[in-house]
Amino acid sequence: MGTFIAIVLAAVLTNNFITVRTYGICPFLGVSKKTSSAVGMGVAVTIVMAIATAVTYPLYEYVMVPLGIDFLEIIFFIFIIAALVQMIEKVIQKLSPTLYNAMGIYLPLITTNCAVLGVCELVIGDMSSIIGTATMNTGWAVLYAVFAGLGFTLVMIIMSGLRERIGLYSSMPKAIKGFPIAMITASIICMAFTVFSYIQV
Amino acid sequence: MNKYAKISLDGLIFQNPTFMLVLGTCPTLGLISSASSAAGMGLTVVVILTLSNMLISALRKVIPNEVRIPAYIVIIATLVTLARMVLEKFVPDLYDSLGGFLALIVVNCIILGRAEAFASKHTVIESALDGVATGLGFTAALTIMGIICEFLGSGSIFGLRIMDFTIGAFATPAGSFLVYGTCIAVFVYIMDTIERVRREKKYKPLTHESLAQEVA
Repeated sequence: MGTFIAIVLAAVLTNNFITVRTYGICPFLGVSKKTSSAVGMGVAVTIVMAIATAVTYPLYEYVMVPLGIDFLEIIFFIFIIAALVQMIEKVIQKLSPTLYNAMGIYLPLITTNCAVLGVCELVIGDMSSIIGTATMNTGWAVLYAVFAGLGFTLVMIIMSGLRERIGLYSSMPKAIKGFPIAMITASIICMAFTVFSYIQV
Repeated sequence: MNKYAKISLDGLIFQNPTFMLVLGTCPTLGLISSASSAAGMGLTVVVILTLSNMLISALRKVIPNEVRIPAYIVIIATLVTLARMVLEKFVPDLYDSLGGFLALIVVNCIILGRAEAFASKHTVIESALDGVATGLGFTAALTIMGIICEFLGSGSIFGLRIMDFTIGAFATPAGSFLVYGTCIAVFVYIMDTIERVRREKKYKPLTHESLAQEVA
């Protein structure tokens, strides 16, 4: 139970992917202009992160390390992620066309999202500084990936809400418009998230 | 202006990947809290981008159009794996300071973007030059922001202690976001001003003399 709470708190708050690790910034800045698309992107990223970790972690631990080919991890992982994204796209298209229409445009973008490769690389490395214990297994790795994805979604929603209001109610110089104001907003969100670093797990 | 000068200037200034196109933001924001790791990241990207551009340009007639993106990803992933081994063996300090961002060079949009937009359509020499120029544009931008962040956040530049007064927030992602946003705004403002001045120079107001000349 202690490990469960530690992983959830670390993944969502103290080690949030955007505000602390700065993974997955491209979709964070690119797809956060509207709350509906931010939610769609966040959910899509969470699903892909969970499935990718569930495949890559056992593959690395039980196949690549015993065979001594763990130095090929980057090539294997990026291929698995690319293949998974294609498969998930096809499955969603068959099962629920409504969901596909809402989420479909974000799925191809996820292959080159560093959050997915980042979480796969992170859980095979040393996790003791993040969750306080070095013993990992597939279950904890997938749990970490799911909650890291939810933490990503949380910050995406906060950011999109702020950007909607900035777009509606403010006028600013041309040079500040677009990316600069988005980054200054993100900076303030990061400052607010610093509070969570006081959580001791 | 010949085409080589144009490629170089595009990569360095007019299509600077960090300030104009805003690509490769994750390693930028993650590493600019220290100038030396930012510069190290930039130089690693220069090498990988140049080699990947050259390889992809050399193979552009061989790779079928339908599977070009997976083929590019294999080339880039192989180069990143090699770079990781070389850095781990010969520059362990840099390897440690880059951390997880070294593996994430695979999904850096700059490299795949240049492969798709430039190297797949140009000769090997042009692609190599484009790789060097774009990479150096990235390195310059990262180093400038790294110096600002490290000076404010830890009172030092390239690890050399200068002052004791520090603002801790600039050593965290919050400061990185702030510095990056401000730097883009300043860069865009300078580019816009240069563009405006150039346009105003071309525009000649109507005067009596110019009218008289035209009539005559």
